[in-house]
Amino acid sequence: MDLLNAFVALANFVIVPAISYGSQLALGALGITLIYGILRFSNFAHGDIMAFGTMVTILVTWWFQSLGISLGFLPTALLALPFGIAATMALLLATDRGIYRFYRRQKAAPVIFVMVSLGVMFIMNGLVRFIIGPGDQRFADGARFIISARDFKQMTGLREGLAIKTSAGITVITAIIVVAALFWFLNRTRTGKSMRAFSDNEDLALLSGINPERVVLYTWMIVGALATIAGVLYGLDKSFKPFTYFQLLLPMFAAAIVGGLGNPVGAIAGGFVIAFSEVTVTYAWKKVLVYLLPENLEPAGLVQLMSTDYKFAVSFAILIIVLLFKPTGLFKGKSV
Amino acid sequence: MNPAIKNPLLFAIVFGLIILTGIFNSWNVALNILNMGLISAIMALGVNMQWGYAGLFNVGIMGFVALGGLGVVLVSMPPVPEAWAAGGARVLLALGVAVATIAGAVMLWKRLAPGRRRGLILTGFLIVGFFVFRWLFDPAVAAIEAVNPAGTGYLGGLGLPVLIAWPVGGLLAAGAAWVVGKTALGLRSDYLAIATLGIAEIIIAVLKNEDWLSRGVKNVVGIPRPWPVPYEIELQKSASFVERMQAWGYDPVVASSITVKLLYALLFGVVLLALVWLSQKALHSPWGRMMRAIRDNETAAEAMGKDVTGRHLQIFILGSAVVGLAGAMMTTLDGQFTPGTYNPLRFTFLVWVMVIVGGSGNNWGAILGGFLIWFLWVQVEPIGLWLMDVITSGMADDSALRAHLLKSAAHMRLLTMGIILLLVLRFSPRGLIPER
Repeated sequence: MDLLNAFVALANFVIVPAISYGSQLALGALGITLIYGILRFSNFAHGDIMAFGTMVTILVTWWFQSLGISLGFLPTALLALPFGIAATMALLLATDRGIYRFYRRQKAAPVIFVMVSLGVMFIMNGLVRFIIGPGDQRFADGARFIISARDFKQMTGLREGLAIKTSAGITVITAIIVVAALFWFLNRTRTGKSMRAFSDNEDLALLSGINPERVVLYTWMIVGALATIAGVLYGLDKSFKPFTYFQLLLPMFAAAIVGGLGNPVGAIAGGFVIAFSEVTVTYAWKKVLVYLLPENLEPAGLVQLMSTDYKFAVSFAILIIVLLFKPTGLFKGKSV
Repeated sequence: MNPAIKNPLLFAIVFGLIILTGIFNSWNVALNILNMGLISAIMALGVNMQWGYAGLFNVGIMGFVALGGLGVVLVSMPPVPEAWAAGGARVLLALGVAVATIAGAVMLWKRLAPGRRRGLILTGFLIVGFFVFRWLFDPAVAAIEAVNPAGTGYLGGLGLPVLIAWPVGGLLAAGAAWVVGKTALGLRSDYLAIATLGIAEIIIAVLKNEDWLSRGVKNVVGIPRPWPVPYEIELQKSASFVERMQAWGYDPVVASSITVKLLYALLFGVVLLALVWLSQKALHSPWGRMMRAIRDNETAAEAMGKDVTGRHLQIFILGSAVVGLAGAMMTTLDGQFTPGTYNPLRFTFLVWVMVIVGGSGNNWGAILGGFLIWFLWVQVEPIGLWLMDVITSGMADDSALRAHLLKSAAHMRLLTMGIILLLVLRFSPRGLIPER
């Protein structure tokens, strides 16, 4: 029995990666849930909005790097992030003006909106591939680790090392700041309150003189910022590839539904539920169990419940369980 | 314009485009477009049943197409006796245990009284079932995949004729549709979309990774051809064929490949016509009117005593089966099953564009959309390349921008399809051949 080493191994391979992945999913799911709450449709273009924002950030990052601008041990991408956010906001406002507003005026059925978002997804996907190509892009620079496994081993004298990537640290800190700012905005400011009122009861909100176009405008801007931040954090942590971002749609939707569509707190909780289940189910537990079990019981295999290729199956399974037993999600969402 | 004139005219235009391709490009290319157009039309017909008749939004078409392809592999490939001997029975037993575990869990859920006790028993039961399954499954899979991994490494199929595989592919897709429909129908419309999106990804993941079943990314090649279609090489060896073609003044090599494609087109055409006849009959029967009544006003239909969720499940399964059938036909046409090439943009969203552009709710519209959009999908790439060439012709030959634009022209397809979809939704939401 070696609890300390077991815990360090667990933290290194499960807890830290799941927390950073969970924060990224939570930021993505927040965007989906806000659109669902206020514009009342499931936005299938969300993954590609993330990809677009990240792409702009990457391009600006490369430009900065060629100019020799950097942030020391922090990645340059953080400096480029505001440009990515601004470009994404502009794109989203343009799509809203050019495309979604027409259907809003018509009071089209939600499923029509979903279909329109499908078309938007096509276009954004094509745009991103057209500009930056379908391949893998790496844009992380600065220090790679806050603590590397070797330093940790030297510091503590343990057999297992705990490595914390800079990107993981940045992800968690950024996510906390962004979520705090978002909740402050939603709960304390006039615009935020009008957004919540509009989400709760559209007719009542209109009666009390809330301008729906303004609410929609702010929603798209917030969604643009959230999606870009989530996308850049994910790209820093792993790498940027347009198709991967499209595939993130499923875990993000699962997170939003698990938490309850339309409920921001739920989206955050859902993000972590999905991330932790994905990582624990696809992790090979042998490394942890070696320290916990007596020697003669050591597992022969990897003790991996499912291969990593099935991580989507995990989010899907959770999604199905929630749909079957609690369609409104863990925190009360709005839809049935 | 009078629809009686306009609709045949639209079809004539599309087939005219294909014939022009044959004249100016090559008849091989034109027949390829025609064959895939026929398959696309069947896919669009299936999706039109779900969306056009019933208003169900299925974004997992890719998964059903792939299941149809799996059906072909499972039915028509020759079996691998060594692999069956190594672990076939054990894999089947493991799968039986998995199904029994799930069925048992559902039984327990229904039989036991609600409460914490039920939750604990159920969780324990599922965990035990899972480990028994893995204990049976893992060694068997390892044994099967160890049998000549470069050539087979999988169980193979039943060695039956390919034509039997087509309905089997449809049945596999129908089974998956039943599972999805059971969970997601009856909830909000968006949930079905998300659930189908998920199941499609999972089906592809399974096909890519379960080598014992479908050889995964190693692909299954050399799928036998259906009954009337010969191999080109046989035709070229046949003295009578060569003689006749030379008498007509054709090159026997080219003629053999064109004959094969024509036979495929004939076969697919027969299937398409049969399906259209059935769908038209269904659409204009009391059943079809009930479906459209449910689509247009669920509450009113429910008040009339119609079982809305049940009908939805029925049509969802039917539509998916048609898509699965088309998937099986496509794998047959390709002669190989390549799980790595299934891509949601190509297999899910493109079919959606076909249905919307053609005219949702109208079978002929869906078919027209299938042919037209497939034609565009094939032709947009060369057109995009040509366009980029023209745009960039003023630039220097070694310009980086020019090189980038030319390289990226391939991605014009997605952009074009998205724009077509949005334009049709905005300005002509009923499509080219609207529902009557």
